[in-house]
Amino acid sequence: MSKSNFTRRGLIKTSAVAGGAALAAPRFFSPSWADGHAGYLNAPQGSTVTLGFNVPQSGPYADEGADELRAYELAVEHLNGGGDGGMMNTFSSKALQGNGILGKKVEYVTGDTQTKPDAARASAKSMIEKDGAIMITGGSSSGVAVAVQALCQEAGIIFMAGLTHSNDTTGKDKKANGFRHFFNSYMSGAALAPILGANYGTNRKAYHLTADYNWGYTTEEAVRTSTEAMGWETVAAVKTPLAQTDFKDYVAPVLQSGADVLVLNHYGGNMVNSLTSAVQFGLREAQANGQDFQIVVPLYSRLMAKGAGENVKGIFGSTNWHWSLTDEGSKAFVKSFGEKYGFPPSQAAHTTYVQTLLYADAAERAGTFNPCGIAEALEGFEFDGMGNGPTLYRAEDHQCFKDVLVVKGKENPTSEFDLLEIVEVTPAAQVTYDASIFGGELGTCNPGA
Amino acid sequence: MEAIVLQLLSGLDGGSAYALIALGLTLIFGTLGVVNFAHGALFMIGAFCTVTLQRILTLSHTVIDDTKTDFLGNPAKVQVPYIQDWFGEAASATIIDWSVPLAILFAIPVMLVIGIVMERGLIKHFYKRPHADQILVTFGLAIVLQEIIKYFFGANPIPAPAPDAFKGSFDFGQLLGFEANRIIYPYWRLVYFGFAALIITGVFAFLQFTTFGMVVRAGMADRETVGLLGIDIDKRFTMMFGLAAVVAGLAGVMYTPINSPNYHMGMDFLVISFVVVVVGGMGSLPGAVLAGFVLGILQSFASMREVIEFLPGINQVVIYLAAIVILLTRPRGLLGKRGVMED
Repeated sequence: MSKSNFTRRGLIKTSAVAGGAALAAPRFFSPSWADGHAGYLNAPQGSTVTLGFNVPQSGPYADEGADELRAYELAVEHLNGGGDGGMMNTFSSKALQGNGILGKKVEYVTGDTQTKPDAARASAKSMIEKDGAIMITGGSSSGVAVAVQALCQEAGIIFMAGLTHSNDTTGKDKKANGFRHFFNSYMSGAALAPILGANYGTNRKAYHLTADYNWGYTTEEAVRTSTEAMGWETVAAVKTPLAQTDFKDYVAPVLQSGADVLVLNHYGGNMVNSLTSAVQFGLREAQANGQDFQIVVPLYSRLMAKGAGENVKGIFGSTNWHWSLTDEGSKAFVKSFGEKYGFPPSQAAHTTYVQTLLYADAAERAGTFNPCGIAEALEGFEFDGMGNGPTLYRAEDHQCFKDVLVVKGKENPTSEFDLLEIVEVTPAAQVTYDASIFGGELGTCNPGA
Repeated sequence: MEAIVLQLLSGLDGGSAYALIALGLTLIFGTLGVVNFAHGALFMIGAFCTVTLQRILTLSHTVIDDTKTDFLGNPAKVQVPYIQDWFGEAASATIIDWSVPLAILFAIPVMLVIGIVMERGLIKHFYKRPHADQILVTFGLAIVLQEIIKYFFGANPIPAPAPDAFKGSFDFGQLLGFEANRIIYPYWRLVYFGFAALIITGVFAFLQFTTFGMVVRAGMADRETVGLLGIDIDKRFTMMFGLAAVVAGLAGVMYTPINSPNYHMGMDFLVISFVVVVVGGMGSLPGAVLAGFVLGILQSFASMREVIEFLPGINQVVIYLAAIVILLTRPRGLLGKRGVMED
């Protein structure tokens, strides 16, 4: 059982800083939101507490958002004592009792991010302002995560990020009120490089196609840094428009460039389309520099891999979690989710489910819904039993450090869900980095009142 | 030289999709005078005709296989397609493998009916309304159609691979005397180019050499006079709307192995197709085809690494820059005619 890190001294310190900040800084939200008596925004009144699930319900990531929502509903059911309890049974912390959070029944409201930062901020703002949400969580994009995290910081609400992989979320754009369980670009690069070296050798020439936005840049940088450190050369890195649908113009010249590896720093529809183009142009069967040509997809998602069909076969990538893991936590979650919905959960569902339990657990251990109390309970928190092995919520940047999965497109899938096989579970120590390398300031916790 | 040949091929390939969609748009505009923002949705519905046929061909019954387990550890439920029961494993696998070309036969009647219903049910009520109203209503229709598709098929792309016989690439380099593996191009993209050329030729031949086509062309030139001759031109124009829907739908069907279909793919092509129509000249069918290929080739060359390094971002704006230059020098577009959309 984990001990609470929430101390009286810490609360006084954060309250003093927050109070000073509140006096000094212009208020973003209407003072009518604040519950001055409780000392923090949207303090739950009565017997319920409201969580805000902000996921893409429309737009290109709507299926991923739907899976996140399923996981949130499952988490709420488990927190309120329903179902089989799922990962609450395997979670190393035993603070959660199945009676809601701090004895209050968990209710929720949902918002549609549309995978657009402006829309995501508007829906989060609405959930905070109109519905009194005490915590906001979700999302399937780093642009959205950074935008909503900043809003929650200004409002004084805890933000538990969903699927966001850019280094910036807990790097240069990190905030004291924001927490990320999902892994990031740096970790993908650090986990992938040794496997790529072992399978493809250290004398390789890589050609990067990179989605022209924040996540693409950090992923390209991470993979380049890791692979160049082991001897690979980067012959070219080309930015591709985010709205690009047909990648033929970018893939066609790759073989002429002298490269023998193509790295696709793309996600979602971009990944499906660029990988499809690369396979169509025969890159998987091609020879270059006397070696078999290879393709790498740094960030895999099973939902997206399904869209690419058989094109993913044999292609390496990384992922935060996969339903085929056999640890007790993963098995419990897959069982709960699978029995309720009829198919295994995605990594997006996993990270959002875990984030909800982690938030609830932190509130229980802190004995309060005060964001600063919860932040302090999460900072430096070590836990296990949630599907990724022993995990640390690092205090310095609010990033979780845990094992990373290196996966490969399965050659002979046995079902429509069996698309990726786990090649290696990279230990957390191998993907851990100094918190200062990406810059940014965490700032101070804002309780919003 | 190799790079130029490759980008030229890539441009012709991209241009064929632009040209096919723009051809349908121009057919509708030229005959009915309607600016149809739902045309991209027709392309998308065509692509989903392939997905639908795939689903029909793979309609299955469940068989419990005790030798395997599912993700929960229960005995696996194996889906066996009905056509496998009827035709045997090898024949059914071949039929499913050829589902994209087979979808052409499926899509022609479906798209024709959708086109006619769309025209009779909605578009005809907006013939005499301003173009702004037509744009609003057809854009709204496009959104409704894509949301319907998303409801039934989800938001994620759905793979629809080409038949095994067309997988892999053709080595153009060797054919032209270059080194092996320097200029290779996927078979299916070459098939798509050939298919586009066939459809475009077919549409032109239909309009040029059939009595129906002659009447339609006469109606495009002077609707009132053709009506005074006792010809029901409205009925023929309705059929042209249906034909345009079929052209867009078939472009979508054949596009599915190139990019996995998703509900949004029509919108991805819509804006660029309108640019193609305007650059080609409003109402000009040859203009739409010419502009489709010209802009496809320009886009391809602007996406070359060497060009992007010299002019960052040019790949994202080249089509619009070209449109500005062409419209400044030729205000009616490449092959536009005086009087069209100038009243």
